[in-house]
Amino acid sequence: MKKNWWKIIAVLFVLYTIIAGFLFKVPAQPILHETIRNLYFHVPMWFSMMTILFVSLWHSIKGLSNSNIESDIVASQAAHTGMLVGALGLITGSLWAKYTWGAWWVADTKLNGAAITMLIYLAYFVLRGSIDEEQKRARIAAVYNIFAYVMLIVFLMILPRLSDSLHPGNGGNPGFNQYDLDSNMRLVFYPAVIGWILLTVWIFTLRVRLEKIKRKTLIDE
Amino acid sequence: MNSLYKKIVTVLGMLILSVTAFAQDKCERVEMAEGLYQSGKIYVVVTVLSIIFTGIVGYLIMLDRKISKLEKEIKNK
Repeated sequence: MKKNWWKIIAVLFVLYTIIAGFLFKVPAQPILHETIRNLYFHVPMWFSMMTILFVSLWHSIKGLSNSNIESDIVASQAAHTGMLVGALGLITGSLWAKYTWGAWWVADTKLNGAAITMLIYLAYFVLRGSIDEEQKRARIAAVYNIFAYVMLIVFLMILPRLSDSLHPGNGGNPGFNQYDLDSNMRLVFYPAVIGWILLTVWIFTLRVRLEKIKRKTLIDE
Repeated sequence: MNSLYKKIVTVLGMLILSVTAFAQDKCERVEMAEGLYQSGKIYVVVTVLSIIFTGIVGYLIMLDRKISKLEKEIKNK
């Protein structure tokens, strides 16, 4: 139980987000109306993805320096979890766009960047899956994973800021200014981000443990 | 039950809201789902979502325990 305190925090924070996210006061904005509440659910998906993919990057670098197969397993499972929350972010973002911008998808730098990032990570799985020899797979996948994270930074953080974008937080339209996020919304938004990130980490640890058990039993047999 | 739930949520909300001073200028009225909140039915949605989330968390806890059990079994082999 002592080791699981952060899981409890994750659950409490997300539960608080669900309750407070619907009931607390939000600023009245044209076009957005009540959909502004999506901020508590759509945005934390991307925060979680960035965090868990950073964990993946970290373990890939570690794997390159110590040539440990375990790092490769951890990195790949983190990337898998990242794709789960990333897909949820894309789907919710698409739905939100339909009701505020009027289309499921617009050719926007942020949106296309997010889609390209997902494809880059899908290529990571294809690459990893195509190499049978374990040591080789670990090394090549780790190198590609570092490249993938750099591309993620470029496509999600840099390019959208350089051009005009409908998506808030880009093209000289900073995401955290007072009209986008007032002090009431911060009360829900920050716990939401922490809660969702921790929940994602929980799912990731489950995946890693399961994968390790799988490998151990396969080796023993 | 419903009114008690409402009261608890309201009190909690008030407590947290009172910490911050919020100033909203109402020069332009933007349409929000006020009717939905007045009729009180938004609580149904909140409850439904809470139930779904609790279910998912329950499932995660179950998985967590199952994996812990497997890990122990492997260790004791």
